[in-house]
Amino acid sequence: MPRVFLSGNLKKLAGGAEEIDVEAADIRQLLRVLGERFPDMRPHLEQGIAVAVDGEIYQDGWLEPIAPDSEVHLLPRLGGG
Amino acid sequence: MSTAEKLENGKFKWVGTRPVRPDGVDKVTGRARFGADLFLPGMLVGRVLRSPHAHARIKSIDTSKAEALPGVKAVVTRDDFKEMPSESVAAGEMMIDYRDMTRNIMAREKVLYDGHAVAAVAAASASVARKALKLIKVEYEVLPHVIGVIEAMEPGAPVLHEAMFTEGVEPTPDTPSNIAARNELGRGDVEAGFKKADIILERTFDTAPVHQGYIENHACVASVSEDGKAELWCSTQGHYMVRAFCAKLLGMDISDLRVTASEIGGGFGGKTIVYLEPVALVLSQKAHHPVKMVMTREEVFRATGPTSGANVWVKLGATKDGKITAAEAVLKYQAGAFPGSPVGPGCMCAFAPYDIENVKVVGYDVVSNRPKVAAYRAPGAPISEYAVECVVDELAEKLGLDPIELRLKNAAKEGTQAAYGPKFGPIGFVETLEAAKSHPHYNAPLGPNQGRGVASGFWFNIGGESCATININEDGTAQLMVGTPDIGGSRASMAMMAAEELGIDLDKVNPVIGDTGSLGFSFLTGGSRVTFATGKAVIVAAGNVITDLRERAAKIWDIPVDAVEWEDGFARPTSSNAGEFDPLSLADIAAMAAKTGGPIAGHAQINAQGAAPGFGTHIVDVEVDKETGRVTVLRYTVIQDAGKAIHPSYVEGQYQGGAAQGIGWALNEEYVYGEDGRMQNTGFLDYRMPVASDLPMIDTQIIEVPNPNHPYGVRGVGETPLVPAMGAVACAVEHALGTRLNELPMSPPRVLKAIGAIGEAQA
Repeated sequence: MPRVFLSGNLKKLAGGAEEIDVEAADIRQLLRVLGERFPDMRPHLEQGIAVAVDGEIYQDGWLEPIAPDSEVHLLPRLGGG
Repeated sequence: MSTAEKLENGKFKWVGTRPVRPDGVDKVTGRARFGADLFLPGMLVGRVLRSPHAHARIKSIDTSKAEALPGVKAVVTRDDFKEMPSESVAAGEMMIDYRDMTRNIMAREKVLYDGHAVAAVAAASASVARKALKLIKVEYEVLPHVIGVIEAMEPGAPVLHEAMFTEGVEPTPDTPSNIAARNELGRGDVEAGFKKADIILERTFDTAPVHQGYIENHACVASVSEDGKAELWCSTQGHYMVRAFCAKLLGMDISDLRVTASEIGGGFGGKTIVYLEPVALVLSQKAHHPVKMVMTREEVFRATGPTSGANVWVKLGATKDGKITAAEAVLKYQAGAFPGSPVGPGCMCAFAPYDIENVKVVGYDVVSNRPKVAAYRAPGAPISEYAVECVVDELAEKLGLDPIELRLKNAAKEGTQAAYGPKFGPIGFVETLEAAKSHPHYNAPLGPNQGRGVASGFWFNIGGESCATININEDGTAQLMVGTPDIGGSRASMAMMAAEELGIDLDKVNPVIGDTGSLGFSFLTGGSRVTFATGKAVIVAAGNVITDLRERAAKIWDIPVDAVEWEDGFARPTSSNAGEFDPLSLADIAAMAAKTGGPIAGHAQINAQGAAPGFGTHIVDVEVDKETGRVTVLRYTVIQDAGKAIHPSYVEGQYQGGAAQGIGWALNEEYVYGEDGRMQNTGFLDYRMPVASDLPMIDTQIIEVPNPNHPYGVRGVGETPLVPAMGAVACAVEHALGTRLNELPMSPPRVLKAIGAIGEAQA
């Protein structure tokens, strides 16, 4: 099962958990499951975040696959100047 | 030869060469049309009335006398903009809240900074508009103000937003404050990490807010028809974002607003939001005439986004041999009048160049009575990384290590877990350090009162949505259209990639920037994304053109399309089994387009993923005049990983421009406020940006560690070059003086003060 790493405010919203396992085959599923498991996290997820799957950072990449042994990090949405 | 084979062999025809940019002639002859260069029949002049107070409640606004002035066609105030609910959306370069945005373009309950827009007029001439502004009577209740970030955080500081309670702390405070949010990231155990350290250093730094300093002021022309449809011409980094913001703020259908991006005289992140555009649209709607609005430089300084000023505390621990065991930082960033500083990326980037097991970074987003900050190259990163790089340099000095060696001992590599979470893919940080170490600049002798500084920097880079269309003309030339404004030479790099893919000469490709009615949504030019993301769209579009060309050749030859290949600009049978046919050029096929199915074109609409981060290392030599405190930059070298430089001259230009802006940030630029909270240096004579005579030729070295997620290996290059600059200059000044400075800018008065401190200590 993919392992999701949380830090900062998302970690607080997940009850302090730094790592959780989430059954998800793509980013859309991952966000849906996280929102169901941690309703307080939902506004942050809906606001737009970046998702790093095995080091690759995706923004709005709902359909990007997540492998069973993937390492996933949730990050604030990235911009630039 | 496939792109992969070309990349391996380095045998490109156009990629990696240095042709003259397609827009070059118009730029140097004055034909290029910038924001203020459009004139429409019956066009009016729009002007903005701005607050003379840093913080005041608006008790009333009386526009009757202005409206009665002959020649005045429309006056707008807060009443002409609908209230927007708080809605935070990912748009532009940073998160925005439409409730704040509508208040920033036109003050509602309060003015929150000197220069905040209060009303605007459209008149037949500039002189009538100016007279009309003087006739608008605004009754203010002046309130106490606060400018500095530390002062704004203190209990008892004047509060800007009575309904703002700090997010990210438990429990949520029950009293409002100027601290909009606290965020935190980290991993490992910093306390345990510091226990393993043989040496621990901690320092606190202050940086001044600095403006992006684009040479072209904000400008636009709006024309609203009686049927509700509107056209807008403006200087922007992203006309699709302008369209989205204006449509939302004014309650329009997106399809009713067509936005054209003019040529742009610099943006650097500062032209990713709207100021004048919604105001011009409402004025035009009320006046039934087109309206042009152009800011003065004073307005740009008083009312448009600089980047944050900040207070940064950094603590580093290391073993005797230079391995960093723990790192901690607290970042306090000014957001300006509304929440939304780049403290988040500041936290993520602070220690990103290094492989550190134990990290903790806390950030505070703090409002104060200054213009709302806007993005500026690598938003947030130059500030935090400046502070960290200064402490890394001091660590090297205290341990007796070469500063590049210390960085190499701790450098992030492929597989390193970044301080902000994920593991890096292929990156070129070590390569930049090795190149710096062996660069002749690094070992050149220094004279008296001279010092050398080295610093490194990191930025993420992004991808995002881009569209591209290639239309093949009847004569075989190609019209390439993209939706990302060309700021740094992207028309050239887009055309080069299209020519490379199609196998035709570069001068047969004419790149243009489409307006919002001509092409699908494209995210803005920012985040170092265009060569990567729009470039990918161009490559996909070219692939679709090639598919079409092969199909046409198959029809002409009456053979299956699978028996046709496209190679170096010609359709050829894949083998003699397919038949004996002379190759068909693109022009040959284009000439027969009508007979084989009509016009030939390729389109792409993508959300480009897989942007790869950029790392750079800078070396700088300075000389300090101890009588005047002036710092002269003697020599400067930028070394950065570009992945693959499509047009090396424009990559080098980005490197040089970033370094130049960083030198200004380090040495001279700052906002000076009076006790009344009004900015006192609202022009380039007093807000001291570096000019050509202040700078040496900035040398560059392009490192190429390909990004595996782009066909040519491209990484973004626009933002990273600013990140190391302040740290490098600060370290150089410190080595020249023999003492550490903790505040930017290191202007002559601050340098003299530092020298005085040395004198006292020595005495």
